Amino acid sequence: MARITLQELRHSYLAHPQSEQDWALKRLDIEWTDGGAYALLGPSGCGKTTLLNIISGLVRPTEGRVLFDDVDLTNVPTDRRHIAQVFQFPVVYDTMSVYDNLAFPLRNRRVPEAEVRATVLEIAHMLDLQDMLRMRAARLTADGKQKISLGRGLVRADVNAIMFDEPLTVIDPHLKWQLRSKLKELHQRIARTMIYVTHDQTEALTFADKVVVMHDGMVVQIGTPIELFERPRHTFVGHFIGSPGMNVLPCTVEDDKAMLGGQPVAVQNPAKAALDGRRLELGVRPEFVAFAAAGLPVAVVKVSDAGRYRIVETRHGTDRINLLVDPDVAVPGEGAHLRFDPAYTRLYADGWLVE
Amino acid sequence: MDAKTENQRGWLYVLPVVVLVACNAVIPLMAVVNYSVQETFGNNVFFFEGVKWFQQVLHSERFHAALLRQLAFTGIILVIEVPLGVAIALAMPRRGPWVSVCLVLMALPLLIPWNVVGAMWNIFALPDIGMLGRLLNGLGLNYNYTQQPFSAWATLIAMDVWHWTSLVVLLAYAGLSSIPDAYYQAAKIDGASSWAVFRYIQLPKMKRVLTIAVLLRFMDSFNIYTEPFVLTGGGPGNSTTLLSIDLVKIALGQFDLGPAAAMSIIYFLIILALSWIFYTVMTRGEGQS
Repeated sequence: MARITLQELRHSYLAHPQSEQDWALKRLDIEWTDGGAYALLGPSGCGKTTLLNIISGLVRPTEGRVLFDDVDLTNVPTDRRHIAQVFQFPVVYDTMSVYDNLAFPLRNRRVPEAEVRATVLEIAHMLDLQDMLRMRAARLTADGKQKISLGRGLVRADVNAIMFDEPLTVIDPHLKWQLRSKLKELHQRIARTMIYVTHDQTEALTFADKVVVMHDGMVVQIGTPIELFERPRHTFVGHFIGSPGMNVLPCTVEDDKAMLGGQPVAVQNPAKAALDGRRLELGVRPEFVAFAAAGLPVAVVKVSDAGRYRIVETRHGTDRINLLVDPDVAVPGEGAHLRFDPAYTRLYADGWLVE
Repeated sequence: MDAKTENQRGWLYVLPVVVLVACNAVIPLMAVVNYSVQETFGNNVFFFEGVKWFQQVLHSERFHAALLRQLAFTGIILVIEVPLGVAIALAMPRRGPWVSVCLVLMALPLLIPWNVVGAMWNIFALPDIGMLGRLLNGLGLNYNYTQQPFSAWATLIAMDVWHWTSLVVLLAYAGLSSIPDAYYQAAKIDGASSWAVFRYIQLPKMKRVLTIAVLLRFMDSFNIYTEPFVLTGGGPGNSTTLLSIDLVKIALGQFDLGPAAAMSIIYFLIILALSWIFYTVMTRGEGQS
């Protein structure tokens, strides 16, 4: 068990990184508290896996330090960091039985066979693998194999953290739910730090206490699912999380007021005139937009039914604004106006929340 | 009228391959079968002899000796080439500019015509003018492959190892390259030693290509003719007379068509049976628990 700290981390896969674009990870400072359930969320190629491999020691960072409980382990190899990792594609030792697969990490560490047996049986029980222990691992389905990879991490008593690199990619949809709730249950039971990499927001939000959102080699926000939803620190977070994502509308600031389409819009955060010259945007989630008698005039473009609510796409000039409407609320045909909830409407400068 | 008419046009499409296989395998094989049960004294006159030639070959000490030499040769080269090939493949770089250099170097021996390989080694190993022969004798060894059976065998095996280990290397390397990085990373995390990585990851993943490598090397070495013919011509004495060399001596040297044909068929059946055994043993346990 340990607290994991990443200090001033930067990484490039090139030998001599020149421009900003050469860095796969651009300066990170993150602290992972012991026993937390974290999700690392971001689109493909944003540096999630790189970050994970740096923590587990499979990749050495170009710059910065990796600390476990304040001990610098940046140059310590993987097998001495006490890390378990589950990969995107299940890794099992084909020629071994399920039992031998689970026993493998212990036998490699010369644990007495009696102890191996007790631990393997316990973990197999936890993962519902007890009936398959004698089977060849190669014969299991993808979800069974993924459980084995997870089990190989769980059998070790000394594991500091378990990392998951998009572990449900190859699992059938109906088993995904099962396995995901299993993970959640396991986390509560064993209280080890878990870091879960995914590009699927549902997976991230259901699994994690804290979600780390990454974009283009940077961490843009760390927060609970509620915080990410209600107070995105970056337009990317607003856009990436939520379905449909946050409306991001170019705006201006005049006399300390945010202006959209020549009208002042009330925002939650301070709109200072000094922001002039930067790229200014308003961010408001479709959940916090409603039709009103007066306000921003828009034309309704499309209404799609999403079951419990309808998604209405409207247009103001060249800007597209989505809003969610209850099924019993009528969608006005002509002369529609929108009102933004001031508590959840925020001003962003160059993509970042103005604070 | 029968409503269901069968379209026979499909036969037309398989015709080319039927003709091809017939010309290159079935008809020659049938000709051999035909010779194997007949006796001729020339003038294209044949007498039916039944299984006489088969009995004669199976009881011939000369055949037994050649078969034994053949089994020894194939056994020795397999025992050397397969582990050596795997070891070289493991030592080769997995990425970077050296990969192509290594692959080209490895492929070179395979590109050389077989009789050229024989001729090269023939000259290379000559005790009086060859580099290898001079070197070995210079080191105080009494080496002369044209006169000593042991030297002839050592040279023959060295030549085959030089010529064909590359094939095993290339196949094993292809097998190794197909292993995803995640396996090595998982093994690192599980604290596996490099022996455990080889035993539980690399070897199982190479099993299929190694099966092919062993089968190819077995069949090719069991059929080997050109290189030993050029190198030693089967000598000194009969010490390196392998099956195919003996077969050619009987068929073309003595013009005993019947016994040669019978021997060809027995030879073919031995290769077929041994290949089947190799294949069965090596793929045993696949697809079952």
